[in-house]
Amino acid sequence: MSPIIQGILTIIIGVGGCITYFYASNWVLDHLIFPARTDDRGRNINRATMVRPWLFLFPAIFALGLYLVYPVVGSFYRSLFNRSGEEFIGLGNYYYLFAEDGFRVAVFNNFLWILFVPAAATFFGLIIAELTDKLSWGNLAKSLIFMPMAISFVGASLIWKFVYANDPDIGIINAVRDSMGLSPIDVLQIPFWNNFFIMFIMVWMQTGFAMVILSAALRGIPEETVEASILDGANPFQIFFRIKVPQIRSTIIVVWTTITFLTLKIFDIVYTMTGGNFDTEILPSYMMDYMFRDDGRATAVAFVIMLIVLPVMIWNIRQAQREA
Amino acid sequence: MDNIAGKRSALTIVTHLSVLLLVIIWLVPTVGLFVSSFRDREQIQETGWWLAPFPVEQAYRVTPELEGVTREGDRWVLEGSLEGAYQGSAVAGFGITSRDPGMGEPGETVARYSVDVEEEDGEIDDTRIEITYPTEEGPSFPESDEDGNRIIPDTEVFDRSLSVTEEGQFRWEDADEITRAPSIYVVAMSPPDFGLGNYRTILSSDNMDRAFINTLTVTIPATVIPILIAAFAAYALAWMDFPGRSWLVAGVVGLLVVPLQLALVPMLTLHNQIGVGQSFLGIWMAHTGFGLPLAVYLLRNYMVGLPRDIIESAKVDGATDFQVFTKIVLPLSFPALASFAIFQFLWTWNDLLVAKVFLPSNSESWVMTVKIADDLLGSRGGDWGILAAAAFVSIAVPLGMFFAMQKYLVRGLLAGSVK
Repeated sequence: MSPIIQGILTIIIGVGGCITYFYASNWVLDHLIFPARTDDRGRNINRATMVRPWLFLFPAIFALGLYLVYPVVGSFYRSLFNRSGEEFIGLGNYYYLFAEDGFRVAVFNNFLWILFVPAAATFFGLIIAELTDKLSWGNLAKSLIFMPMAISFVGASLIWKFVYANDPDIGIINAVRDSMGLSPIDVLQIPFWNNFFIMFIMVWMQTGFAMVILSAALRGIPEETVEASILDGANPFQIFFRIKVPQIRSTIIVVWTTITFLTLKIFDIVYTMTGGNFDTEILPSYMMDYMFRDDGRATAVAFVIMLIVLPVMIWNIRQAQREA
Repeated sequence: MDNIAGKRSALTIVTHLSVLLLVIIWLVPTVGLFVSSFRDREQIQETGWWLAPFPVEQAYRVTPELEGVTREGDRWVLEGSLEGAYQGSAVAGFGITSRDPGMGEPGETVARYSVDVEEEDGEIDDTRIEITYPTEEGPSFPESDEDGNRIIPDTEVFDRSLSVTEEGQFRWEDADEITRAPSIYVVAMSPPDFGLGNYRTILSSDNMDRAFINTLTVTIPATVIPILIAAFAAYALAWMDFPGRSWLVAGVVGLLVVPLQLALVPMLTLHNQIGVGQSFLGIWMAHTGFGLPLAVYLLRNYMVGLPRDIIESAKVDGATDFQVFTKIVLPLSFPALASFAIFQFLWTWNDLLVAKVFLPSNSESWVMTVKIADDLLGSRGGDWGILAAAAFVSIAVPLGMFFAMQKYLVRGLLAGSVK
């Protein structure tokens, strides 16, 4: 029971602390440091206005800096040291990684994931968004396809492990094979293709996300463009691929990149499905092999992931600044 | 025009069917596991979940009581009832070996004989064969045994036989005196067995209840605290003027995609140094830090869209920024706060990575995801009933949350992605 009490205390202290901080710091600013009642009233108000944003921002900037900015530097720094962290070995950990077969497999599979998962999820999402748009029960269908989003990666892996199970009385895939007179196979052990069976779990989970956003984007398309193309005699496929898709291109890119980032973070699925065996390792799960064992190598792997993310991250920031 | 109208309806049917197909593909895995979580574990082994509503053929090994052995001619006979030793009403089959527990059907007799066979190289050997024959007709023998060796006629010597009626009355005959109770195999059609047994097992004996409470303990503070911190920051980024604002916004966008993996080692080291170590306090802090970029980003995007007039007129009336924020912006931003709360709740509830790293690795502090991935999948590997029940214990709360608050979830997703 103690964690619950600890949790309740944390909520009270955390929430109370935050509120107290914001209230007290503003009060101190307005009444003690720059009181608006003295002779320099105007100047003090201006100064207080200059400082206040930073009061509002401080906790967030502090937490973000500590948990996300510092680790970029901290991880890189740590990756230059050996296992115990005492001896500086330069890029030794990176040399080791690039020479290792397991790492190369992980990098290869990771690129497979980045190529396949976002593409497939966006494709299915787009198709389902378009198909359900005109259906009377479209919202129900969308809701059901969206549902895996709420399931944990571990739960989803369990669900699919059940589908892929070797026993034809348990796994539906082998039940189908069995009914066709084929012998059961363990799809998680087929070289190379097992990756796709694992990736499909991620596709299954992310399609709903893509569908929700793309369906909103499709509804935002001006009716006139579609009507005009109907009058010009375009068939439904032409309308979809030539008229609608080009108009929501930017949204498709956003969906695609968002799923790509998510894909790069996910270690749970591989960890639960195969534990990285049968050549299914990807970088996040490969990193966990070293976590708690060799921090130098673990941080080196993490930094490699960061390097893969970096180009898209810069592109994302540019995009955001253009809008701001 | 007729032609076009006709095409339309054909296309509509195709649309309906393909959406139906996709929904089925998307739903079947979850439904399968869900159904299995209520099934008896023996039945899960026997038939697929898609056959769950139908009776299951289940084999039982029964050792009847050794009472009333009689002698009939040169055979020893044991008779009695097997009722109560198997589930279901009628015996569908029976046998004398575990290899083929359903060899004979009621009305037939299963028997074992010793015979002489002629092997391929002409050598004569003795072996034992098991045969099934209608009880009334008496035994008849095949021409060759399982290995394809020719059985030499009239060399059969009786060893033992068994017949069982549909009601479970059996008759065991043996060439030797029956001193030990024989093993009888019965196959009965058991009615579908649904129940909460798996859930009871997992919650009472497997420490899953503890894991559930741990998950809840991790999730709630890790959802509430970042909202508060992010709301103030988002207000500053949306409605306050100061140098460097656009840089900060861009920075938040950049931090959105920083891989979590980078933070694991340095932050765990830091937690150890400042005395937090692997603890609930540590994971709350970590989740707060990791959740903030999305929180600030979503809330800022929403707050920027609030009507300027309201905020400016409040300021003209003498409200301070603090008042504008608490009295006007915060209440108006409720939809965005709700949608971030759902995201963060789902994320922290479903998280495995952060829990593995920032929580102690002893079983008292396991959250449900760790419990399933690191413990149950290993120790209960083939026990699908238990695994399914565990999965649904962990899925139930987020799933309920999802269906109850889908509106806010969708709104939040759209605010984050469509510009």
